[in-house]
Amino acid sequence: MTNLLSPSAMGTDRVRVDGAAKVTGRARYACEHPVPHPVYLHPLQATIARGTVRELHTDDATALPGVLTVLTPFNAPPLETGTDAELEILQSPEVAFRGQLIGAVLAETPEIARQAAGLVRARYDREPHDVTLSADRDDLYAPEVVNPSLPTDTHDGDPDAAFAAAQRAVEATYTTPMLHNNPMEPHATIAIWDSDGLTLYDSTQGVHAMREVVTSVFGLEPDQVRVLAPYVGGGFGSKGTPHANLVLAVLAAKRTAGRPVKFAVTRQQMFSFVGYRTPTIQRVRLGADADGRLVSISNDVVEQTARIKEFAEQTGVPARSMYAAPNRRTTHRLAALDVPVPSWMRAPGECPGMFAPEVAMDELAEACGLDPIELRVRNEPETDPDSGLPFSSRNLVACLREGARRFGWDRRPRLPRSTLDGGWWVGTGVASSSYPVHSAPGSSATVRATGGGRYEVLIGAVDIGTGAWTVLTQIAADALAVPAERVDVRIGDTDLPEATVAGGSSGTTNWGSAIVEAAREFRQKFGADPHPGDELTAGMPELPGHERFAMRAFGAQFAEVRVNADTGEVRVPRLLGVFAAGRILNPRTARSQFIGGMTMGLSMALHEESVVDERFGFVVNHDLAEYHIASCADVASVQAHWLDEHDPHVNPMGSKGIGEIGIVGTAAAVANAAYHATGVRVRDLPIKADEFLEEAR
Amino acid sequence: MIPFDYRRPDDIGTAVATVTGNPRAAFLGGGTNLVDHMKLGVAEPELLVDVTGLTSRDIERLPDGGLRVGAGVRNSDLAADPLVRERFPVLAQALLSGASGQLRNLATTGGNLLQRTRCVYFQDVTTPCNKREPGQGCSALEGYHRHHAVLGASRQCVAVHPSDLAVALAALDAVVRVQGPGGERTIPAETLHRLPGEHPERDTVLEHGELITAVDLPGLPFGPRSRYRKARDRASFAFALVSVAAALDVAGGLVRDVRIAFGGLAHKPWRARLAEDALRGRPAAPDEFRAAAEAELADAQPLRDNGFKVPMARNMLVSVLTELSAEDGAA
Repeated sequence: MTNLLSPSAMGTDRVRVDGAAKVTGRARYACEHPVPHPVYLHPLQATIARGTVRELHTDDATALPGVLTVLTPFNAPPLETGTDAELEILQSPEVAFRGQLIGAVLAETPEIARQAAGLVRARYDREPHDVTLSADRDDLYAPEVVNPSLPTDTHDGDPDAAFAAAQRAVEATYTTPMLHNNPMEPHATIAIWDSDGLTLYDSTQGVHAMREVVTSVFGLEPDQVRVLAPYVGGGFGSKGTPHANLVLAVLAAKRTAGRPVKFAVTRQQMFSFVGYRTPTIQRVRLGADADGRLVSISNDVVEQTARIKEFAEQTGVPARSMYAAPNRRTTHRLAALDVPVPSWMRAPGECPGMFAPEVAMDELAEACGLDPIELRVRNEPETDPDSGLPFSSRNLVACLREGARRFGWDRRPRLPRSTLDGGWWVGTGVASSSYPVHSAPGSSATVRATGGGRYEVLIGAVDIGTGAWTVLTQIAADALAVPAERVDVRIGDTDLPEATVAGGSSGTTNWGSAIVEAAREFRQKFGADPHPGDELTAGMPELPGHERFAMRAFGAQFAEVRVNADTGEVRVPRLLGVFAAGRILNPRTARSQFIGGMTMGLSMALHEESVVDERFGFVVNHDLAEYHIASCADVASVQAHWLDEHDPHVNPMGSKGIGEIGIVGTAAAVANAAYHATGVRVRDLPIKADEFLEEAR
Repeated sequence: MIPFDYRRPDDIGTAVATVTGNPRAAFLGGGTNLVDHMKLGVAEPELLVDVTGLTSRDIERLPDGGLRVGAGVRNSDLAADPLVRERFPVLAQALLSGASGQLRNLATTGGNLLQRTRCVYFQDVTTPCNKREPGQGCSALEGYHRHHAVLGASRQCVAVHPSDLAVALAALDAVVRVQGPGGERTIPAETLHRLPGEHPERDTVLEHGELITAVDLPGLPFGPRSRYRKARDRASFAFALVSVAAALDVAGGLVRDVRIAFGGLAHKPWRARLAEDALRGRPAAPDEFRAAAEAELADAQPLRDNGFKVPMARNMLVSVLTELSAEDGAA
């Protein structure tokens, strides 16, 4: 058990330390940093999905006044190759997906760069491409592991035999579409090479993670590269690993004799090379006895990766730990296609992987004649079904009960298609939510006394809008036993102590634990009244509980759905989530994380879908007018509540990550509510009006 | 985007002459669609002639109880006008169902009518499109066409017109006033937009250099009993899957007169003449509305993925007319 930090600043409602700077426009995002005499980059992208660039005619572009140079695969500086094909751009004329970066124009203004890019003519040797995911392809393969390094398949007992013998059974295939991360701030970089080395202002989720990759790709030492990211306008995972745009900016900066290169990715370009969530096809089989006790759970997942680089989303993983059943199987099979490289998008694995099983649970509840909450309660495991370890804390049932009470679940008609109100079918649905407690080594923090009872806390963490900056201030204050007003936390710079990436809902655990350790050692060494300038750096301690316990946050998502009887239009007037995620360190920023995740889940349920035209091989609805994200009018009442959960094992703060759980289960709750409203079971996201117009099929 | 010249002439005549004299010139209104297209390379005018200070921003009363709307009237101003709201609620509702507050504050009456299709292939210069480049072929026919036409399309183009305003104007027998190099002419709103036929590159019957200066709304005694309904994938800031503009006059339980136009079904606002003819003199009852809707939609030819639009349009028309007839009875 960890010696839990006594909360004083932690748990209080504090405004964001960066809030005023953001709302008054003083916060500088990546491309806004004032740099002298910048050069602007506009990329060239392949317009075939597979083949070879035979020629790039750049004469018209270079003849344009203001154009400095055009980078191509035939003249680009070399990179260290052989480790990451996604990043090794312009090293060969081969095209592996449509939209791939095949060059760049550098010019005195962004307008000239863009115009010149339009003047470059490419000639290709085309090869037939294949971008079609289906479950019956004969070339599906099992990856060695799934993200981040989890077993590809799990087998317990004999799930097929148990399913065949089950008294109640649900077997169905569910799909989630390709989805694209669309943070408010598109990816952006300023790259500057000078005598000291390389400086990058980058919109990133991890300055040290970016530095590590840049040093590797460019053959540099860490002390030659500085990455700064004081403010970042969201990422949702797409800025957690570097993508080709960063490499292109750095490559280009090698050709500008020290002038800074600015590369601001456009919204359309974000659909080509900064990652996305793979489409998934999930075949779920649930077998139960007549009382609804599960005897068999399986989820066989098919999804895609890129031919040039593997990313295997861990979609089957949540089914390993949610419910008790003696016979269980999860599998992942991939199709390697001529597509961009998929990557992290908020709650990879959990988000799509809780859609299918949680809709299947709703179907099983109906097959058993049980309330869907009761079905889940009956299948609550005593220990983690996957690892066999005890849970450090697990309050799924309490979340379901509290959510039911707050939502008014007892007023729910038992039968679907029971309520027609003003031309709208009305229904309600529920789904479970869960997200693991991740931790990773590699963070350290410096505590420094600055005099007058004030302290600086330094850590190279990044706040991508999560509230991390604020929460770290609260943690540091309690660790130093001083008011939060006396602590200045500095983040977002590789000159600060090393920090892990803002991903996997792990920032608070990793960075907070390092800060707590540094503060404790600082107090031991310098006491309660240090001299100005006293400072101490410490690394994140081991968190022994992570070996002995299964650790997850849990939640319950409730949705009310209205489906128009004339048009099939689907609206969600109400979402309510109850979460058990350890100690909530700042209710203001936590609520924002929860309702933000739930809103993104609503958007996934009803709107988001990257439409790939298989003939051309790319996402044709590649802007925010056509790729719909929930608008304000779609988001009516979204409530997030939480239980006071005491977990002494997770970390010194007693907190679990909250950045991703909000999106987990939301889409299933909405789909289940849409079924309850109409009697129409939708198993393919997004849920569209078309499904409810009977004559459309 | 390519470099372009920008001019603000002092009068409409100069503006028309300037654009007429340069095949690569374009009028600039609110710019909410044209400027996007310039960034995307879909439109490449070398000269923009800004008419926002030239065309009227006034809404005037006409002697017949109608209104004359200057082409420079912003969408938000038109939607908020008390006379529009009182006499032609369908028009205010159509405007407010479109775009976003910020866009409506910029978009003009004339420009709204001339916005171009949202077909994803039209908007992406790397994919073939007959509307953008005649002869390239239609990518939507076998591609992503859930939003596309079910009525009046051709093999050359299955795009739909995106304007909500235009649908309401078609239903209201509005008249578009146009200034061209040869002087002024008027065009019924219903015929301003074309079906694609063999020339999908032409959205409207306007000639190059013709400028919309105003839209006349003729007096319609039953205009106050009108309604716009729009079905869409999200509650705001989405183009219509299907929309219906309707006005209904009921006397003694019978349909005395009716105006109906659909949006989202065709390359132009679809004035539902068949349905109107079927309804005049018939009982104002849901069965009749349904039969009329089915008559109008009988020739629908859905594509692979947009068959839902036909029952959607039918259901919406029945509902809207049923609601209007109830309103009428209460009045």
